[in-house]
Amino acid sequence: MRRFVLIAIPYLWLLALFLVPFLIVLKISLSDIALSRPPYAPQLDLAAGWEGLKSFFSELDFENFTFLTTDDLYWKAYLSSLKIAAISTALTLCVGYPVAYAMARAPEEWRPTLLMLVILPFWTSFLIRVYSWMGILSNEGVLNQVLLWLGIIDTPLQIMNTTTAVYIGVVYTYLPFMILPIYSALEKLDGSLLEAAEDLGCSRLEAFWLVTWPLSRNGIIAGCFLVFIPTLGEFVIPSLLGGSDTLMIGKVLWEEFFSNRDWPVASAVAVVLLLILIIPIILFQRNEQKQREAEG
Amino acid sequence: MRRFSWFNTVSLTLGFAFLYLPMVLLVFYSFNESRLVTVWAGFSTKWYGELLRDQAFLDAAWVTVKVAVFSSTLATVLGTMAAYVLVRAGRFHGRTLFSGMIYAPLVMPEVITGLALLLLFIGINLDRGVFTIVLAHTTFAMCYVSVVVSSRLTTFDKSLEEAALDLGCSPFEAFRLVTLPIIAPAVISGWLLAFTLSLDDLVIASFTTGPSATTLPIKIFSAVRLGVSPQINALSTIMIAIVTVGVITASILSKRAAVAQRRDEQAAIRAE
Amino acid sequence: MAQTVFAPWTDPDQKPIIEFRNVTKSFGDFTAIHDLSLNIYEREFFALLGPSGCGKTTMMRMLAGFETATSGDIYLSGKDIGHVPPNQRPVNMMFQSYALFPHLSVWDNIAFGLRRESKDKAFIGDRVEEMLRLTRLTKFAKRKPHQISGGQRQRVALARSLAKAPKLLLLDEPLGALDRKLREQTQFELMDIQEKTGTTFVIVTHDQEEAMTVASRIAVMDEGNLVQVATPAEIYEAPNSVYVADFIGDVNIIEGRATQPGTKTGIAWAEGQPPILATPAKSVEAGQSVHFAIRPEKVTIDVERPDRPNTFRGKVIDIAYLGNISTYHVELAGGQMIKAQMVNARRLANRHITWEDEVWVGFTDTAGVVLEE
Repeated sequence: MRRFVLIAIPYLWLLALFLVPFLIVLKISLSDIALSRPPYAPQLDLAAGWEGLKSFFSELDFENFTFLTTDDLYWKAYLSSLKIAAISTALTLCVGYPVAYAMARAPEEWRPTLLMLVILPFWTSFLIRVYSWMGILSNEGVLNQVLLWLGIIDTPLQIMNTTTAVYIGVVYTYLPFMILPIYSALEKLDGSLLEAAEDLGCSRLEAFWLVTWPLSRNGIIAGCFLVFIPTLGEFVIPSLLGGSDTLMIGKVLWEEFFSNRDWPVASAVAVVLLLILIIPIILFQRNEQKQREAEG
Repeated sequence: MRRFSWFNTVSLTLGFAFLYLPMVLLVFYSFNESRLVTVWAGFSTKWYGELLRDQAFLDAAWVTVKVAVFSSTLATVLGTMAAYVLVRAGRFHGRTLFSGMIYAPLVMPEVITGLALLLLFIGINLDRGVFTIVLAHTTFAMCYVSVVVSSRLTTFDKSLEEAALDLGCSPFEAFRLVTLPIIAPAVISGWLLAFTLSLDDLVIASFTTGPSATTLPIKIFSAVRLGVSPQINALSTIMIAIVTVGVITASILSKRAAVAQRRDEQAAIRAE
Repeated sequence: MAQTVFAPWTDPDQKPIIEFRNVTKSFGDFTAIHDLSLNIYEREFFALLGPSGCGKTTMMRMLAGFETATSGDIYLSGKDIGHVPPNQRPVNMMFQSYALFPHLSVWDNIAFGLRRESKDKAFIGDRVEEMLRLTRLTKFAKRKPHQISGGQRQRVALARSLAKAPKLLLLDEPLGALDRKLREQTQFELMDIQEKTGTTFVIVTHDQEEAMTVASRIAVMDEGNLVQVATPAEIYEAPNSVYVADFIGDVNIIEGRATQPGTKTGIAWAEGQPPILATPAKSVEAGQSVHFAIRPEKVTIDVERPDRPNTFRGKVIDIAYLGNISTYHVELAGGQMIKAQMVNARRLANRHITWEDEVWVGFTDTAGVVLEE
């Protein structure tokens, strides 16, 4: 009995506030836009009984999804989100791997401090971290001032409100997610493995490529997914740094909902985004599972 | 031990410079006299004064703290229960769905979670405001709490609970007297995580709030959309300072506890 | 002065404190305990011995109440305890990991169970002090578990499980985490405490030496079955099966056929060799296939042919020098290996048997056991 209550409370909470809302999204994505409030039809009228249910289902259709394919705004936004997420994941890896590697090679007594320094930004507000780049990247920002002063450029670079700014923002905010799993994979690496590789005739670079890199692969994969998945649906970074040029699906959904008040289309956008996300999420889960099994 | 090469030194220096320079600049320019954030016109704390006189910001801060305290506390209770169910309750009907619902919000784009919750609140005709934000934040934060707590529970020696039962505890007493005190550090970090997530959240709060309640991130977002503002720099500096002091204190405390524990253990081995 | 021998299991009037009646326990498809019946008597120090996975821990967990039998009943003092939850059983357990509460001091750990019974403070205080004295831990009362040594932790676990004066104390591999020296010393302490408190102890162990040292009776288990339940001496000297003979101590096992029926027989074991003269406990049939088991210390080794009922010629293949004793591996005719153990009463230089020597091994006709299988 007590066990039942213990299970039931969090279970019901999640059902009511997580699963049911998604079913609503799914349902509205199949409905038509209406000018009334709430701005969609049909509404499920339970009082009408079986007839109500039948008419409810008969009015559901895939119109909104068809609409998504006809208006090229949407598929461009999906493609551009995928592209931005992929490129910024690769960039984050390039920045994060050397840092993680250096951390793992640092003297043991430094490591807790270094680790704390990586985690610390994670506790500070995401919004503030993105905002901090606005002052740096703008035309009269710090970066342009420094470059002008150094004489490297004559006219300010337009970085703010471009996709480049989005890349910088993503790399900056998601860097800890990349560093931590790679670091934990590299830290476990037994130093004698590298010595064994060199003993067997590898150069340092070969030893890195043949031993260190493959053994940190699980960390790399985990880190990449941890950056890629949230970037795909990102809203704050493109809307603050990307300006109107950057097309990302999180922003499109937000505007569809708040500006156009087209709930059915916003819901359809959400459903498609979820479907796109399922693949990397499943791959990520499988990688984690494999790693757990390997570690016993 | 290998030599710490120049390559590693450079990577660490550049990496941490990249992580910290933007925030240092942010703090630096919060003390700028000029309204133009990036043009240095002398030291001043006037933006802090202006910030503290701005009633809208103070109201938003109060709403945010209220939401964070309520939602993180509720999320900690629910998340700890969920973790206990995941690790200890064994098999039951719908266990797969349950663990799916625990892990899904961690990878769900916030825009979708926010949209879904808003549609629910409209569907059941709930007035939107502090209460609905608390519900929304509790829901996604409890999943983070349960991940933190369940990773602690899986390494927890089950025989400790059995020993408590063996010595006459009811299952609830065993949880209260043995399990909870031992997993307390994980529960506390779960609460802190939930609290920060709630403080930090813009997207879900924007969806689920109504006209009556504006949280600090919503306020900041609408202010910075139009460009940088020295007032926001001042606010950011205050928030960064609070977090830094908190995290450093916590890590010093836990390091001290670990050192004391190791010393005791070594003393015990020597005494043998 | 003659002392009465403690052997309640031989007295039909004694009521057992624990009875397993046809207990079976399955986990899904796997049957951990197989239709098992067993009686354990008051004040016994009873050992469940077997390799890991033999079901001994499951037996103990059923006594503690952490598992329920799939079928069959378990009685404690004549009362069916099958569905009594662990917190309401007059049974306490000492865990293999000790399971000391890390957030409580030694004192509070020991008082933990007493407080659950809401006994008055003075009583709890007296009882805890008594337990601390019994286990020589008074000095450490205020320490936390991580501030004391492994041996001390073991004693805290014992004190905590004894504090409630249970009818039955269960010990799950209690000495497994200690090093050899400490383990031997602690075995005697355990026996001493068991005698002082008069509690019935049931110990689970995979260490046969430990079981032999501490137990009044041993149950040897294999794959969910009881193979033999007897005193340590009986188990060692009169094992009822090859499994028990092999599991406990070192043994030579020779396969052969009985040459005569009855309780005095020869065992034909190799072509052209004289049969082994042996005394089966149960009468055998002529021609029956049997195993002859003999402990190495009962086999002598000589250069000259000794005057014993059984003597065989062989060659020394290997000598394992263990300090106090030496074990000689002798190859008999037909390739049969036999181990003979000799006490090293003389110093090294004086010993005369070495590798490749032709020797005689010998033993009496009652030194080994005949096992049917």
